[in-house]
Amino acid sequence: MTSPTDKPNDGGVPLPVVPAGASSGAPAEFPPASPAGRGMFGNQGTGDVSGYGGLVRQRQPIEEASRPYGGYFDEVRDALEEAYPAFNDAIEKVVVDRGELTLHVRPERIAEVCQVMRDDLALRFELCSSVSGVDYLGADERRLHVVYLLTSMTYRRRVRLEAAVSVEAPHLPSVTAIYPTADWQEREAYDMFGIVFDGHPSLTRILMPDDWEGHPQRKDYPLGGIPVEYKGAEIQPPNERRSYQ
Amino acid sequence: MTTSNYASERETDEGRVFTVTGGDWDTIVSGTDPINDERIVVNMGPQHPSTHGVLRLILELEGETVREARSVVGYLHTGIEKNLEYRNWVQGSTFVTRMDYLAPIFNETAYALAVEKLLGITDDITERATTIRVLMMELNRISSHLVWLATTGMELGAISIMLYGFREREYILDIFETITGLRMNHAYVRPGGVAQDVPDDAVVKIREFLKMMPKKLKEYEDLLSGQPIWTERTKNVAVLDVTGCVALGITGPVLRSAGLAWDLRKAMPYCGYETYEFDVPTHPDGDVWGRYQVRLAEIRESMKLVEQALDRLRPGPVMVADRKIAWPAQLAIGVDGMGNSLEHVAKIMGQSMESLIHHFKLVTEGFRVPPGQVYVAIEAPRGELGVHAVSDGGTRPYRVHYREPSFVNLQALPAMAEGGLIADVIAGGASLDPVMGGCDR
Repeated sequence: MTSPTDKPNDGGVPLPVVPAGASSGAPAEFPPASPAGRGMFGNQGTGDVSGYGGLVRQRQPIEEASRPYGGYFDEVRDALEEAYPAFNDAIEKVVVDRGELTLHVRPERIAEVCQVMRDDLALRFELCSSVSGVDYLGADERRLHVVYLLTSMTYRRRVRLEAAVSVEAPHLPSVTAIYPTADWQEREAYDMFGIVFDGHPSLTRILMPDDWEGHPQRKDYPLGGIPVEYKGAEIQPPNERRSYQ
Repeated sequence: MTTSNYASERETDEGRVFTVTGGDWDTIVSGTDPINDERIVVNMGPQHPSTHGVLRLILELEGETVREARSVVGYLHTGIEKNLEYRNWVQGSTFVTRMDYLAPIFNETAYALAVEKLLGITDDITERATTIRVLMMELNRISSHLVWLATTGMELGAISIMLYGFREREYILDIFETITGLRMNHAYVRPGGVAQDVPDDAVVKIREFLKMMPKKLKEYEDLLSGQPIWTERTKNVAVLDVTGCVALGITGPVLRSAGLAWDLRKAMPYCGYETYEFDVPTHPDGDVWGRYQVRLAEIRESMKLVEQALDRLRPGPVMVADRKIAWPAQLAIGVDGMGNSLEHVAKIMGQSMESLIHHFKLVTEGFRVPPGQVYVAIEAPRGELGVHAVSDGGTRPYRVHYREPSFVNLQALPAMAEGGLIADVIAGGASLDPVMGGCDR
């Protein structure tokens, strides 16, 4: 019986051969590269001891939608294409999923696109409902995504804009000049993900203390937590418990 | 004032007269009131009885006039969004209910709707479950507006209304306790339906409440609406028009008090709101008085909705039929509080090993949610409450972001306060109805 990799098998079930697709030597990798749920007892796998843990789930790539999208989505795309000459350069991908339209925008173009989305009479996305970040660690090279949810109060429509930046150069233009409401929400995205919005009037931390180090919502930032004693037993903090994925 | 060679003075019958023969007029004027030009910076909060929670305001004052106002938030940040990523999807309800602690049912419903949309089971939610959600949300809206009335009254010096508002809110919390087992932080609305059915005595209690409430509302109006101090403190105070609201992303009663009838229950209906009859109250003025009027009117509209929802309650399941999602927990009140019913325990422990395995897997591991992202928004008492949920296909949320109306609305405070009096900062801030638990999450 040979060790599957050079790394010592630290706590998981010893395996005679490397499971298909596995690289860590643990019974199974985390399906998505998420550090959530690294287990107790030094277990790096799923904690599944049934033997089926060697199965690796493949992450489905996000599919580009094809015309017609259905609903008002085609109208929105046509209107944006007409009003914004650099459409083909700025829009990387159009995704329709679960009845929602997502335009993946090149980060340096995001402010221009927002400007057109707000001002064009056929689009009229007056309200920027939400700005938030998502960290797709391991799934995307430009792992930090900024997600804008625009609402047209005139036409009662919603559109999601998504811009992806890398950790090494997490810069994209601020949309505060177009949507003043994005001010605090961009500050939150900076605070939690370290995304830098160029042109923001005062990009400082908002929820975490000013002298905090790191950006807590990134996937490689640990949850922390301390063990709790309950009826004589020590309960691990949630990020150290053995868990399913 | 120092004597100078360009302004001499003489006494006349009408008082002292200055003769100015040149020089700088400003030096003369400022010489009479050295306080006038001086700006002081006042730090208000985060522990202050009238900032509506742990909100900190930094005010630059000139006399009693506010020249600049900045708000500082984050004192109640508890990392709920990060914590959610380490629990399974069902456990999420228990966390999100603690965000905006005055509107827990809304937090839960928005979360449940988002998870259901990710699962693609939105159409499978039973009619009874949806009706119960509407019923609970509208009761919650009333209780939230009552707390607004109570705390705003207190902050503006009307202590009686504070007691009355909290008293009636307690009645609603009693109803919640009958239905969910808890006064607050219910974790009642869950992905797939609601945790348990509405008991019959709760319906009786709600009917009693609906009978009692109109009288109470009249009492509040008798107490406040005609009262000169209340009108002085609220009319033409902290005005924000529709343009300002939309630019700053302000939704909810504040936007409606400026005259725009934007209500997600009408504009982008969810939970079958399009089948209910109710109006969206608005007010033309966009001041604190308008917000007071709109919220009182909304309590009345919510009572209409509660009544309609009660009439629609037909017997039926309150959870989706899919046993891969619905918890098998038949809950009942036992000697040690709420827990699995004795019949259910007897079944899984004595009769069916498969049931036990299934129960165990579903509770410890949870269900898997297909990868993707959704945004679901509902009309909370404070405005648009949006949930941006991302799944990677696992049993835990990959990312959940709450678009909290308290957080977004607080950005309007400088626009309302600057140029006004310091006392109006309190009125303006209170009229936004920020809940810091929701704002900071």
